[in-house]
Amino acid sequence: MNAPVDITERRPMDDNAADARPGIIDCDIHPSLRPGALNQYLSERWRKHLAEYGKFNCGIYADRGTYPRFSPATSRRDAWPPGGGLPGSDVAFLREQLLDAYNIDYGVLEPLIGVNTSRNLDEAAALCTAANDWQAHDFVDVEPRLRASILVPQDYPDASVKEIEKRAGDWRFAQIQLGSKTSEPLGRRRYWPIFAAAQANDLSIGLHIGGTQNSAPSPSGWPQFYIEDHHMLVHSMQNQAASLILEGVFEAFPKLKLCLIEGGFAWVPSLGWRLDAHWEKMRDEVPQVKRRPSEYMRSNLWFATQPVEEPENPDDLRQVFEWIGWDRMVYSSDYPHWDFDDPHLAFRFQMTEQEKRMLFHDNALSVYTFR
Amino acid sequence: MTIDGAIDCDIHPGVPEIKALLPYMNDFWQESFNDRGLDGFDMMSYPLGSPITCRSDWRTKGERPGSSLVGMQRDALDAFGISLAICNPLTGGQVAVSESMGAAICSAINDWIVEHWLNKDRRLRASIVVPPQAPLLAVEEVERLAGDKRFVQILLPAACEMMLGRSYYWPIYEVAAKYDLPIGLHAGSMYRYAPTATGWPSHYLHDYVANSQLFEDQLLSLISNGVFNRYPHLRFVLIESGVTWLPGFIWRAIKTWRGVRAEVPWVKRSPAEIIRENVRLTVQPIDAPRDSNVFNRIIDMIDSDNMLLFASDYPHWQFAGDAVLPPGLSPALLQRIRIDNPLETYPRLRETPA
Repeated sequence: MNAPVDITERRPMDDNAADARPGIIDCDIHPSLRPGALNQYLSERWRKHLAEYGKFNCGIYADRGTYPRFSPATSRRDAWPPGGGLPGSDVAFLREQLLDAYNIDYGVLEPLIGVNTSRNLDEAAALCTAANDWQAHDFVDVEPRLRASILVPQDYPDASVKEIEKRAGDWRFAQIQLGSKTSEPLGRRRYWPIFAAAQANDLSIGLHIGGTQNSAPSPSGWPQFYIEDHHMLVHSMQNQAASLILEGVFEAFPKLKLCLIEGGFAWVPSLGWRLDAHWEKMRDEVPQVKRRPSEYMRSNLWFATQPVEEPENPDDLRQVFEWIGWDRMVYSSDYPHWDFDDPHLAFRFQMTEQEKRMLFHDNALSVYTFR
Repeated sequence: MTIDGAIDCDIHPGVPEIKALLPYMNDFWQESFNDRGLDGFDMMSYPLGSPITCRSDWRTKGERPGSSLVGMQRDALDAFGISLAICNPLTGGQVAVSESMGAAICSAINDWIVEHWLNKDRRLRASIVVPPQAPLLAVEEVERLAGDKRFVQILLPAACEMMLGRSYYWPIYEVAAKYDLPIGLHAGSMYRYAPTATGWPSHYLHDYVANSQLFEDQLLSLISNGVFNRYPHLRFVLIESGVTWLPGFIWRAIKTWRGVRAEVPWVKRSPAEIIRENVRLTVQPIDAPRDSNVFNRIIDMIDSDNMLLFASDYPHWQFAGDAVLPPGLSPALLQRIRIDNPLETYPRLRETPA
């Protein structure tokens, strides 16, 4: 175990005063576990349970996802640390390949290690607590440009709130993370205690693509290929946005901030228009929705860009930015995954210096509180 | 606004109660429906009272939405100057859990629509309603009716019991190709799975808005499973799908295909090309702000004048008054949407039935 640290105040970084240019804020970096890395943060009871029963989720395989990915560890082939271990498991190599190479000021860790998807809620709670300790000690304490996400067992509201309150004052945590796939649409009442705790503690929620698999990926069932599933995951993001708006979550929690991560964004304008067009006709079904649905998208939601859609005419993407609003867009790399977006290459249209600054740095400061 | 001979690719005669369908059923099904006291097979996708299902000024108290031919003639066919209209009956037969009961209702609907609609107004055409529960029975139904050239399309609900690219459904595509009939996918679901990837939403509004995601899923499935390799000329018409989602979807499909196309090596062309060639969409509902240039920008992004088909979606409530088309379309594009594209999509519309 690392030495105790002061969790209420961060030690100052070695600022290079001569370079006033802000670096990049990356909202999506995936840390990986070294073998057994969680064990020191788990009790003997849960170590034994996990050894016997594993992570008991809703999938078809005991120890892997339903859709076989297309590269080892879903990762860039150059992201395997020279010293061994999975991509994203070696802080020194992550620092060299990502943080230093791209001048990243802050990077938000988005662990996708299946700790909040167990059907056994006690197991999920124990794993979330362990994974939060692991991020703080094994990553942020070693490299304070990285910031952790508070993982919560979202189907167990009491434990979730407890975990949020435990971490809220700790500078090493930048947000609460939820998956874009939950047991029920995210706006439904069972999740409201999490929103109340987020708003009360001034923490944003990062909604990362993926999560539980309670529902089929499509209303028409299960796709056959990864090429379908990978794309269709975007729809879970659209539904969470729609559910939060239509259930009146942003009326009940007006200061709640959600950042939608790894869902792309070209779908955002259309979703807003569709919601508006049909809300005009059926608003009596949702009296809790006081404003046009698209207005909540402009006040409570932010969109992380990766994977950037690739129009045949690159300038069409500028139009999409304008429709969504430049102030809603934050940059994310998805390091070390195979569809990593290089900040210098991913956007194939001209941006002004002001637009660059908003996308790569300033907007993220409206979402996250980096202390 | 009359629009001079436009071809309406989505109009909904209100399907009747079971009693009116019994004359088109065999003894077994007549007895079953009577003795079991069965009725009320209206789809969850279109609750009869919902604002979408019938525009208020088209609603007649005590009548099922769209159930009057006179009403349809007055409010849609004559009002908009429609030359031909394709009837898409939305029937609970297509979502029944029983293969044989579903097939019996679908067959009855097809015979009923001939007698009560097609025979009574020469402007009307129809889709063949087939039971998606039973592709082999669906094929039999198409074979039974294909000789009547007033049937111009095969209709399926957009969400079935499996993704539509799966080989389970290929017999339907085989018979569609045989008769050069497009497959129409209409918004709505068999509700075998939750209507969204995150479960069951609380509101009908959400289900309805989420339809566009379902159409995207099916396009990915059809392309990835090689349906267009096997049936290169088969056309799919997305009906009541909305339109504005299409460009962003295509861009993401291109990107994903570039990244992992080796998983589906038979998909040799960009999804964008396949979609532009084999997929068409009806223009209602127009899911863009009406008072802006957004719809024209979306059409620029789609980069094809050939994909959109005129539709009123009568009696569904998609627009006020006679604003049946988005404003600001060029005359050339209007000509394509209201006449040329429908004629190219549905070969049988170019024939004059006996």
